[in-house]
Amino acid sequence: MSQVRVLAGTRKGAFILSADGKRQQWEISGPLFAGWEMYHLKGSPVDPDRIYASQSSGWFGQTMQRSSDGGKTWAPVGNKFGYEGTPGTHQWYDGTPHPWEFKRVWHLEPSLTDAGTVYAGVEDAALFRSGDGGETWQELAGLRGHGTGPSWQPGAGGLCLHTILLDPSDPGRMYIAISAAGAFRTDDGGSNWKPINRGLHSQYIPDAAAEIGHCIHHMSMHPSRPNVLFMQKHWDVMRSDDAGDSWREISGNLPTDFGFAMDVHAHEPETIYVVPIKSDSEHFPLEGKLRVYRSRVGGNEWEALTNGLPQQDCYVNVLRDAMAVDSLDECGIYFGTTGGQVYASPDAGDHWTAIVHDLPPVLSVEVQTLP
Amino acid sequence: MIRVVLPAHLRTLSGTGAEVELEVQGRVTQGSVLDALEASYPMLCGTIRDHVTHRRRPFVRFFACQEDLSHDPPDALLPEEIASGAEPFLIIGAIAGG
Repeated sequence: MSQVRVLAGTRKGAFILSADGKRQQWEISGPLFAGWEMYHLKGSPVDPDRIYASQSSGWFGQTMQRSSDGGKTWAPVGNKFGYEGTPGTHQWYDGTPHPWEFKRVWHLEPSLTDAGTVYAGVEDAALFRSGDGGETWQELAGLRGHGTGPSWQPGAGGLCLHTILLDPSDPGRMYIAISAAGAFRTDDGGSNWKPINRGLHSQYIPDAAAEIGHCIHHMSMHPSRPNVLFMQKHWDVMRSDDAGDSWREISGNLPTDFGFAMDVHAHEPETIYVVPIKSDSEHFPLEGKLRVYRSRVGGNEWEALTNGLPQQDCYVNVLRDAMAVDSLDECGIYFGTTGGQVYASPDAGDHWTAIVHDLPPVLSVEVQTLP
Repeated sequence: MIRVVLPAHLRTLSGTGAEVELEVQGRVTQGSVLDALEASYPMLCGTIRDHVTHRRRPFVRFFACQEDLSHDPPDALLPEEIASGAEPFLIIGAIAGG
């Protein structure tokens, strides 16, 4: 019988939550790397036992971990992220030039074809690649160097590259997103990049339709339709049907179009999920009700999913990398909260259960579907 | 042998106990002790001092013989008690944060 393995990164360590295909009985292992901030863990689609993890600390900086046995044992790998050439400056919060400084790895994206190749999105925003299982890292410097880099400015969480989407039909194409610079695409494996932000509208920048400066929180893509992208922006849920060349808003009847996490159903490319969050600064669910919203038509028409989720006095957040889907026949949806819960729905969002209640604040959730 | 006491997070990262012993050739300084530590435990590279500049990370302190040596030059000689192994060189994670 198939199994699922949920990789949860938290502020104080990582946890692995395992269940069989019924997804009713869960085994919790951890904390791994206790006391460290685990921004992201992700398994290789080529070899699910190969898992990469970003481990960081305000005291001791960034380290990286790799497992070759599905998370049972781990080994530290390379943690040297050096910007290519003279790094130059980006804008600081006050608009002054600020030197590029490496701080941490936000997101890891293992290659679709080689278990030893993995991409890392980092703060201050840059994209790195390792071709030797994480031992060494090289910057794909064309991203920062394409021209607009000096004008990038951090969001409240830092100048982070948090989303990396690999096109399964075109090995040269990938998408990335940076808060608060915008989305970018390469068509040649990372040498050259172009901003893909046309159609975004952000009231918090002087030119609301500028090419650069949009605070993108997350992007998602269904692997069968890599030209269709979904985006949760600081405000607005957006969609592109032309690989990011243009965007249109699909917020529709959402109670608020602010949020962080989003994902796409594993088998239905037009079924998408978001978790609306109240903002500006509150960053908790509206009315204290934790609700996932699902659109089965690719946006604009949304339904609230509440069965099994707290509908009073709930004031947690769901962070940008803290939602994932499995690929079992009946698609499972998972998300983690800053209150330490990881919720799972084995039926595409109709019913939810907290599979663990009291973890440290959850930073990221990934799911592996195992044979 | 030089004795070095590591903070808890770096013990788990390097798979060591609280204290490690190192052979240091030549002058015993912060720099040479950290060079020897990183040579024996490469996973500690970048966690105590910057990979390239070798500047101490802001929330890491160096104590020895009841003194805070964090601001001493990296090439300054450490006290004789450290060089002889009578006292350990302490690497401390500053008390900060939650």
